[in-house]
Amino acid sequence: MSFDEIYNIALMQGFAGLSLFSVLLLMGLGLAIIFGQMGVINMAHGEFMTIGAYTIFLFSSLTETYAPGLMQAYFPVAIVFAFLIAFGFGWLTEWALIRHLYKRPLDTLLATWGLSLGMQQVFRSTFGPKEVSPTLPDWLMGSWAPSEGLDIPINGLFVLALTALVTGGVLLALYKSRWGLRVRATVANRPMANATGINTKRTDRLTFAIGCGIAGVAGAAFTTIGSTGPTSGSLYIVDAFLVVTFGGAASLLGTVASAFGIAQTQSISEFFLTGSMAKVLTLLLIVTILMIRPQGLFASKIRR
Amino acid sequence: MADKKDTIPATLTDEQRRKVLLGMAAAPALMVPGVSFGNAQFPTAKVNTTKLAVTDTEVIVGQLHSATGTMAISETGSIQAEQLAIDQINAMGGILGRKIKVIKEDGASDWPTFAEKSKKLLVNDRVACVFGCWTSASRKAVLPVFEKENGLLYYPTFYEGLEQSKNVIYTGQEATQQIIWGLDWAAKEKSAKTYFLVGSDYIWPRTSMKIARKHIETVGKLGKVVGEEYYPLGHTNFNSLINKIKVAKPDVIFVTVVGGSNVAFYKQLKAAGITGAKQFLLTLSVTEDEMLGVGGENFAGFYSSMKYFQTLDNPNNKAFVEAFKKAYGPKSVIGDVTQAGYLGPWLWKAAVEKAGSFDVDKVVAASPGIELKTAPEGYVKVHENHHLWSKARIAQGQPDGTFKVVAESADLIEPNPFPKGYQ
Amino acid sequence: MDAFKNWVARSGMGSILILALLIMVVFPLTMDIFRLNLVGKYLTYAFVAVGLVMLWGYGGILSLGQGVFFGLGGYMMAMFLKLEASDPEATKIQSTPGIPDFMDWNQLTELPIWWQPFHSFSFTVLAVVAVPMILAFIVSFAMFKRRVGGVYFAIITQAVALILTVLIIGQQGYTGGVNGITDLKTLMGWDIRDDSSKYVLYFVNAGLLIGVILLCRWIQMSKLGTLLLAMRDKEDRVRFSGYDVSMFKVFAFVLAAGISAIGGAMFTLQVGFMSPSFVGIVPSIEMVIFAAVGGRMSLVGAVYGALLVNFGKTYFSESAPDLWLFLMAALFIGVVLAFPNGLAGLYESHVKPWLSRRKSSPPAPSMEAPASSAHTPKTAPESSLPKGVQGQSA
Repeated sequence: MSFDEIYNIALMQGFAGLSLFSVLLLMGLGLAIIFGQMGVINMAHGEFMTIGAYTIFLFSSLTETYAPGLMQAYFPVAIVFAFLIAFGFGWLTEWALIRHLYKRPLDTLLATWGLSLGMQQVFRSTFGPKEVSPTLPDWLMGSWAPSEGLDIPINGLFVLALTALVTGGVLLALYKSRWGLRVRATVANRPMANATGINTKRTDRLTFAIGCGIAGVAGAAFTTIGSTGPTSGSLYIVDAFLVVTFGGAASLLGTVASAFGIAQTQSISEFFLTGSMAKVLTLLLIVTILMIRPQGLFASKIRR
Repeated sequence: MADKKDTIPATLTDEQRRKVLLGMAAAPALMVPGVSFGNAQFPTAKVNTTKLAVTDTEVIVGQLHSATGTMAISETGSIQAEQLAIDQINAMGGILGRKIKVIKEDGASDWPTFAEKSKKLLVNDRVACVFGCWTSASRKAVLPVFEKENGLLYYPTFYEGLEQSKNVIYTGQEATQQIIWGLDWAAKEKSAKTYFLVGSDYIWPRTSMKIARKHIETVGKLGKVVGEEYYPLGHTNFNSLINKIKVAKPDVIFVTVVGGSNVAFYKQLKAAGITGAKQFLLTLSVTEDEMLGVGGENFAGFYSSMKYFQTLDNPNNKAFVEAFKKAYGPKSVIGDVTQAGYLGPWLWKAAVEKAGSFDVDKVVAASPGIELKTAPEGYVKVHENHHLWSKARIAQGQPDGTFKVVAESADLIEPNPFPKGYQ
Repeated sequence: MDAFKNWVARSGMGSILILALLIMVVFPLTMDIFRLNLVGKYLTYAFVAVGLVMLWGYGGILSLGQGVFFGLGGYMMAMFLKLEASDPEATKIQSTPGIPDFMDWNQLTELPIWWQPFHSFSFTVLAVVAVPMILAFIVSFAMFKRRVGGVYFAIITQAVALILTVLIIGQQGYTGGVNGITDLKTLMGWDIRDDSSKYVLYFVNAGLLIGVILLCRWIQMSKLGTLLLAMRDKEDRVRFSGYDVSMFKVFAFVLAAGISAIGGAMFTLQVGFMSPSFVGIVPSIEMVIFAAVGGRMSLVGAVYGALLVNFGKTYFSESAPDLWLFLMAALFIGVVLAFPNGLAGLYESHVKPWLSRRKSSPPAPSMEAPASSAHTPKTAPESSLPKGVQGQSA
């Protein structure tokens, strides 16, 4: 094996870690907003991702049937709709369910678990039990090969770019917009925020809905790397929670760091160990670190 | 037994069969002149000495699959195919003059539920036989129940072998039937020397890979295994694995990845530049059902080793595909296991008629040697060890999601659930 | 006599007695062995639910990983039974006779060293209870000492459940993988698959369950129980009074783990196999819902919850499988939103007043029926227990 090959493999392996990082981050981001900023545990987060994924599937089948000429262009539009639809459902969920349970975080957990069961059954009844996979535009498939023996997956690049965009957007919104200001005020001190005229209930609803919307985007992005079935969401939920908890709940930066750490650990150990053992090793590492440092990597002043 | 064959044909002629398969519309016409046995010839007291749910006009069978839960994805096809076969048999006049009535139970992808429901079917409902199970785990869960209550199970899935029960007829392939011929073909056609084995982490892939490795390295002396990897069920990130494959540069990637992982695996392979045009890949776990999720564009050019493909070109299969699509919609697809599920009721019918009784012991005794000339996959025969003699086939995935059969074993391959030299 | 009546009312003995009558007399008399065996299976889940009442209702700690302990208990019992079922005679077809079949399929040629002790029944019985409790201690000690609570604890227990599932499935040569440990036949020569032994096992199981409930009830009525409640509602005040709060929490968690493990072992005995599908996250959360439906404050309610939900599951999955998941969803949401105290709460708030009105006899509450008496004056004044769900440890 020549030096060139080793160099290429190392590059591709680095990118594999990076692409897992973007997947984890995208999963965790919506949750970090909901869980970190509001203290709400949304076990149905995975199902909101599935909503996004099915939106893409729907768009792809519709485009294929009615406007095959637009196949190359539907994807970005579908992502926007994935956000909007998940956002809408999130808004509804907050109104119907979550707002009654703010004082009882553990009960939210049970109620949203119930919600996730119901949503899975709705998916099953609507789209059937079989896994589906949207037809992707050509530009999203295949690999980018800058040199011989070096293949960088385009879908990986796409998810990476999307993650950067969404993360940047969330950070910007949280620290530069009125909404962000309100959210941060509410997190810091709810009665005070109320007293200064912030409609904290409204802020909560909007925050929850935005978190769900981001989940929808995540689900949409995952259609480029995996499949979509009624129970796809449940595959992601534990990973997503671990990313957020490991990072330190209220810190977005922590979520980024923890997604990076977990992704690299898993991806590198996968290269040297078997897949199952790599998973166990990564989880054990997370749990051990959490036991020693329960506040996560980046602790911050959270509402207790 | 031979004398009975004159009055009760164990199998129908192709002509008769095709008429039936053409759908339920043709059925009433067949029923009148059809094989009407009349219960005078087969009084209930005679054909049912073990208190099964058999009356003068009806015989009750069970169907036990997952209609809900994670396995519903895979088991739906089997449920449909078994139902289709039963409807067709009823349209022909049933078995020994009795219509088949089905009690459907849902195993809900949960193994103890399978055990519980199988017990209900055998003890409470006294069904004459059960068509069901899909995963090995569910079969292992119900097996003690079937052996204890002396039930009869028709199991449709290709599986890892290492099992042989008096109370089970296995209508799918055991591991060697799927693997050895396929590997030999790969070695011969593609002059493959190095093999990389990838599987999901549970019993079927691990046993299959064990047999594959033995065959590659010692028994068949095909070459050498340059990697063997397993990933947890539901794993969706294969980039590190793909890099390992790139390091190893195998001639053949031999795959037994299942479920949702399957889709992620092929999508990521394609994204990493490993396509059918550049790399030879042979899998045991992609049928037409999986193809729906994987997408033809991601699997194009890769090969799958099965005994049945929907595109098989023979009259039996044409009629079967037509009837299936008529019953379940033009978009429905038929995979290997679906076809094996379809065989179950027909094999049972032939065995019951040969035995002249519904009693499990007699049906089991009559089963070895039962032939089915009308099987969509061609011709099958029940072996002494309760598995089927069947052909092996290799097909190449096409961009439109269908398979093109490229090779077929000349003879039926003998089932061998406990292969010597492969342990 | 009055003193006795008061004691019965206060201790909830009446409701426990009714439950005992129901599962020890009424069910066996009215059901055939098939149904009874099912009930027996449901009752093994009730162990977990009872453990959760102590942990969650009283301790305020929600664990989403109780399946780990249920599974460990079940697996260890299954290991013993499997070794017995794999004597050289029965396994002579294997390349290495005398080891469990799944080991043979995975090219193991001798029994792993940590399987060896499970040849002994007394060791197995001890391990069934002790190993899960030790694991529970290790997991909880570190976390409660650092005052990890509430949601974080729940998520970490989930991760533990995930780890164990992946391990069991991945190490199939040692554990049987996704198929689990199947085909168990005898317990020290006694065929556990016979109808008569199913009866015996059912009664052993029911007896153990009643015993566990009595033990928990005793703990609840002791000072310890009061402290657990106090801690759940105002952790800091208990801490400032000089108590080591974390050790009480560890105690509750270890207790719940031990109880769940007994249930797991009984499950293996009655069902005849054990598989990783009872270890993971989904069964763990389902077990929480049993406790929630029954009423998270009520030991007896937990049993009714487990029975009711499982009967519902069996019934609806037969008649309307699609509906079942919606119903389950509604159950989760409904119990949380509308009836945070479950069946027991409903009984307390509706049936009981109605009963006493009908009897119209003076206050002495002489009868206590299927619902617990968590709200008896001794354990905690009614006012300090608003709905029994507040103050989930800050």
